[in-house]
Amino acid sequence: MTEPIVIVERDGRVGVVLMNRPQALNALSGELMEGIVSALTELDGDEEIRAIVLGGNERAFAAGADIAELAAGTPISMYQAARLDQWDTIRKIRTPLVAAVSGFCLGGGCELAMVCDLIVASESAKFGQPEINLGVLPGAGGTQRLTRAVGKAVAMDMILTGRMLSAQEALSFGLVARVVAKEAWLDEAKRVAAEIAAKGPVALRLAAEAVDQAYETPLSVGVEYERRLFYLARASEDAGEGLNAFLEKRPPNFEGR
Amino acid sequence: MAEVEVTREGAVQTITLNRPDKLNAFNRAVHKGLRDALKESRDPEVRAVVITGAGRGFCAGQDLTEFNEMPDVGTGLRETYHPNILAIRALEKPVIAAVNGVCAGAGLSLAVACDIRVASDAASFVPGFAGIGLIPDAGGTYFVHRLLGAARAFEWMSSNRKLTAAEAHAWGLCDEVVEADGFAARVAEYAAGLAAGPTRAIGMTKRLFDHADHATLEEQLQMEAQLQAVAGRSEDFAEGVAAFGEKRPPQFKGR
Repeated sequence: MTEPIVIVERDGRVGVVLMNRPQALNALSGELMEGIVSALTELDGDEEIRAIVLGGNERAFAAGADIAELAAGTPISMYQAARLDQWDTIRKIRTPLVAAVSGFCLGGGCELAMVCDLIVASESAKFGQPEINLGVLPGAGGTQRLTRAVGKAVAMDMILTGRMLSAQEALSFGLVARVVAKEAWLDEAKRVAAEIAAKGPVALRLAAEAVDQAYETPLSVGVEYERRLFYLARASEDAGEGLNAFLEKRPPNFEGR
Repeated sequence: MAEVEVTREGAVQTITLNRPDKLNAFNRAVHKGLRDALKESRDPEVRAVVITGAGRGFCAGQDLTEFNEMPDVGTGLRETYHPNILAIRALEKPVIAAVNGVCAGAGLSLAVACDIRVASDAASFVPGFAGIGLIPDAGGTYFVHRLLGAARAFEWMSSNRKLTAAEAHAWGLCDEVVEADGFAARVAEYAAGLAAGPTRAIGMTKRLFDHADHATLEEQLQMEAQLQAVAGRSEDFAEGVAAFGEKRPPQFKGR
């Protein structure tokens, strides 16, 4: 039996997608990207699943693009295959998505982690955009998302020199949300996802959408956008339940409506 | 004879700097030998590492003849000392500096990068750097500062005073002082004792102390909780609990 390209697990309300090309340090081949996109899309459509963890293995989240595939492609074949369009599909996943990063998180791997809603990193994680060493540059949002995450100075340093960041540096620069023991990278990411999954799904999606808008709009427009989403959330049954539960001093039971 | 000798006695690996006529001063061959030896230390069968010197010195620091040949000191340090100092800290098992004699300059930096220092009463500790117009390198400023505190570390490093083993012990710079005659036997006994311990838990304790240097209390508590979960699943923990219940000494396997 051949190994599946991604391993999908369900743990209560948390879906887990693990990239499974260990011999290639999870280099993001076309097949692997398709596997990730289809697994995420399926979990996103599952009402039982309220948060998703995307991870690799202990040695690598993903070490980058599949260089052989990249070398074999021409600009026109890459344009026609529209493979980078898959990234837009991941961006549109509405279930909160936690990247569980252990080991190498480089190039396309770093870009993939940055597409997720937040990153939980093992203390051994290494982040980088080393495309410059191959005579190219990040092509799946790296120059844009990294700059928004860590600011111009560090983004330029990483993208122009290929410098890798340690997990601790990534934490201090704001690229990752938490750094955890290297043995606990997946357990802790699942724990964060389970914490998220216990909240109201409607509010979660609206909140994540509002945060994402911070990078798309001027402040006044973003604040206005947030206000409207706030009213929308208030109209949900979950908001009624959450507010009542608080007043009645009991835990809420969110139904996702 | 190689510039660095490696031997095994049970689960104890002993790394001996071996340029006795130069008080084991660092040159390229010593750096390379130490690097190879520390790679071998990662073997799970090794559960404690001893670093010591051949002859009457532990390590007199950088061989200055070679220092003057370095085209760029910064690059030289990055390529030679740094990987080995980092490798000692990354090793998840105890590393003992068995300080048999003169311990000076970068030799002192090597000793303080280790987890435990056992000294012979024939040993002496000398900063060295200030005596020739240099700054403490190879982690010297980091570990001496950590072991002694800023005030004492600065006073010592700037005065370049030679410490006897007894003085070093009084300062907490070394953990034990042994008469020169019984030194080798005591080091072997000490290392064997550590090697029989719950190596994973000891290794994680080492990591946690390093983590504490740059963590807040809240972060440290988090890391403890995560690693205790790992230790709690170890074979050694099961054995430790069983042995305690059966009132017998535990037989740890380092797993």
